[in-house]
Amino acid sequence: MIELNVNGVVHHVDAPSDMPLLWALRDLLGLHGTKFGCGIGACGACTVHVDGDATRACVTAIGDAQGRHIVTIEGLHGDHGDHPLQHAWKQVNVPQCGYCQPGQIMQAAALLAQTPKPTDQQIDDAMMGNICRCGTYQRIKTAIKMAAGEQA
Amino acid sequence: MIANLSRRGLLGAAAASGLVLGFRAAGYHPITGAKAAPASALLAPNVYVEIEPTGRVTVVVPRSEMGTGIKTSLAQALADELDAEWGGIVVVQAQGDARYGDQNTDGSRSVRQFLLPLRRAGASARHMLVAAAAERWKVAAADCHTEPGFVVGPTAGQRLGYGALVEAAARQPVPPAEALTLKPSSAWRYIGKPLPVVDLDDIVHGKAVYGIDVVLPGMKYASIERPPVYGGTLKSYDAKAALAVPGVERVVEIPAAPLPAGFAPLGGLAVIANSTWAAQQARQKLTIAWNDGPNGSFDSATYYKALATTAGQPGRALRNGGNVDAALAGAAKRIAADYFVPHLAHAMMEPEAAVARIVDGQCEVWTATQNPQQARQTVAQAIGFDQAHVTINITLLGGGFGRKSKPDYVAEAAFLAHAVGAPVKVTWTREDDIRHEYFHAACAQHMEAGFDADGKAVAWLHRSVFPSIRSTFSPDVTYGAEGEMDQGVVDMPYDIANVRCENGPAAAHVRIGWYRSVYNIPHGFAVGSFVDEMAVAAGKDPVEFIIALLGEPRIVDLHAMGVNYGNYGASLADYPIDTARHRAVVQLAAERSGWGAKLPPRTGMGIAVHRSFLTYVAAVARVGVGSDGTVAVQRIDLAVDCGQVVNPDRVTAQFEGAAIMGLGNTLFSSLSFKEGQVQETNFGDYAVARMDSTPETHVHIVPSEAPPAGVGEPGVPPASAAICNAIYAATGRRIRSLPVDPRQLTTS
Repeated sequence: MIELNVNGVVHHVDAPSDMPLLWALRDLLGLHGTKFGCGIGACGACTVHVDGDATRACVTAIGDAQGRHIVTIEGLHGDHGDHPLQHAWKQVNVPQCGYCQPGQIMQAAALLAQTPKPTDQQIDDAMMGNICRCGTYQRIKTAIKMAAGEQA
Repeated sequence: MIANLSRRGLLGAAAASGLVLGFRAAGYHPITGAKAAPASALLAPNVYVEIEPTGRVTVVVPRSEMGTGIKTSLAQALADELDAEWGGIVVVQAQGDARYGDQNTDGSRSVRQFLLPLRRAGASARHMLVAAAAERWKVAAADCHTEPGFVVGPTAGQRLGYGALVEAAARQPVPPAEALTLKPSSAWRYIGKPLPVVDLDDIVHGKAVYGIDVVLPGMKYASIERPPVYGGTLKSYDAKAALAVPGVERVVEIPAAPLPAGFAPLGGLAVIANSTWAAQQARQKLTIAWNDGPNGSFDSATYYKALATTAGQPGRALRNGGNVDAALAGAAKRIAADYFVPHLAHAMMEPEAAVARIVDGQCEVWTATQNPQQARQTVAQAIGFDQAHVTINITLLGGGFGRKSKPDYVAEAAFLAHAVGAPVKVTWTREDDIRHEYFHAACAQHMEAGFDADGKAVAWLHRSVFPSIRSTFSPDVTYGAEGEMDQGVVDMPYDIANVRCENGPAAAHVRIGWYRSVYNIPHGFAVGSFVDEMAVAAGKDPVEFIIALLGEPRIVDLHAMGVNYGNYGASLADYPIDTARHRAVVQLAAERSGWGAKLPPRTGMGIAVHRSFLTYVAAVARVGVGSDGTVAVQRIDLAVDCGQVVNPDRVTAQFEGAAIMGLGNTLFSSLSFKEGQVQETNFGDYAVARMDSTPETHVHIVPSEAPPAGVGEPGVPPASAAICNAIYAATGRRIRSLPVDPRQLTTS
């Protein structure tokens, strides 16, 4: 049994320790907001927070996630409801198909937690691992800046 | 989870037949197995709308939502004519069924085909509600009007909510379309407004349900090893090691489809397990020997060269006006150029996935599909069922771009559910997605132009060579279809006296399929680039040159020229090729982009204009090129005339996204093949546009009362030429083969 602390709830999962966190979240815990996109950490669709760091769940073994604090899109929130990024995402109408957006938001949330006022370059550096084939990057950048302003 | 998929049963008998008093159908209630709600009176004058006595309005959207906003846009159209309160509407996705009309979400035509039907569907319900109220108040219907959610009579206090009128309205006859009065555009509340998409809140909270997210009780997870070469078959295998992986239950052989495969599964060996991970792990432990079949020696380096060689030889003419050979021979100045675009992959973020369940001879499927009626047919064939016993439920699509028009993956799930006797989810890996694509066709083109002594263009020769999409469905196809040459070759709008457009033969060695804007990608690149080359040859500014080349504003009547032009299935009377609209978008793009501004060294601007899917788009790109040849696209302006617009924010978003996809096609994406197998595997080696390559993007929509035209695709075609023309302006180096090779652009 592997003990996973996800969104503040402790789960015991009966799975091999090398199972990627992504598949444990999706297939064993029923948390489908974390998406599969590539399986090699190259697209960011599966981004979650592990001890506050943006982490690719598809290449993180559950054995390594044990005993750490995992937050998924389902557990992201602000002080009063939506996280400022979720609010900004809606204000800017970022999503098209929406599939990559949970990963984008989780990546951006980790960025703002560590760098509350990111420059354009810092946004590019933090977000370039997250692919959006619909091409919503410009609105993602706008929403991150909006949320950064809101947080201030 | 699945409860998200169906907030209600879908309409059953009260369908297109005109049966008025509808009942909640004994429809499917996935997962929960709950019985259908008790029958209650509904106002359901057609398959697209249902009003309950509570006043709740449900809009059933026939087309699939893959990110264009169509689910919201079509609901806007219906809700406007119904005069419903937007916030009180529930929007659901129709199942795959012919009674909803053509559901193939492809070809940038959902608004074109459904705006009027859905406006009429809403107006029809409104008409019946008003008639019911008028009857109750004993007044003329013409003396009543509606406010969102209410019918209001001529006397003070006469005001009834739609819900209170449902029962009486349902007894009214369904009005014929010609009896309906549609709102004038000045009265629209929702059409033309930038409403947020209905799934927005679910998306940002990770609650939106895609095909890959569907879970059924007792469901097994499948991962499939398919023949690595198109047309290959399973020779022998050893599954011992795979079966020893914990969680693995069995392996199932899927028969290979004969060539050409069409929409049928490619065959292979499926591992069935209790989790996606177990299935994927076990699959790697399979030992398989394949027969590669006739495509086992396919090598793209050789093939791409052969396409170019063919493009250098005369082909079949599909448009031939004047005498091009004589005009070229007599020209005072001639130029020629060859262009190339490789095979590409859709690589939508959600890989192919489907869930199927078969109970008591009924097959039910949940999947992200652009083409549910085709999925229904392909599933029925795969398991030997009559289509009447197949139900297709459509989830949100995590991107589609044409790949999800082809339901091979849906049929795999149904086949396995049938074989295993339990619900099965098939999830493709990214490697599967790229390896077993319906590839965007590689294309080689040869172009020539001639100028007279006054510098006027007098001859245009365009030859395009590519494997046809028809080759995926019919044997022995070598030439392109007319509809493929319609996409940016024969519809060339320039005012040139002698024009010949030709197509040369090319065999296909992989499955070829539609990819966002399809053959307009290579053709828009070649035509847009070659016009820029002509401007350079003529010593003219490209914007001035394009406007001059378009000539006096006119309708280009291809039929009068003897060209069998399909015009994307639309009539030329409603959607002519109108060069005034080309000219207008060129001027708008130039004006808004700051065309002509003085720029720093190794910075340049380029322009291209292209009509596709009945929409006119001019793109201006500004690029900076580093000394190492790295291209940074700094800004893209798109001027768009797509006729009437339903949701301007979603239209803007589609063009922003098209600019990014066009940029990726131009700078990054390429596929190669050796021994019949695609060499790229995943996003590590199949490069696409990312945040750090994203330009500032501006979309300028031309206000228009013209009939609605395409939005999803037309932004892609002019992007490549605009970027490459900007690279030429910045460096003096001409890019004629995609993707851009930075080594051609270094200063050393």
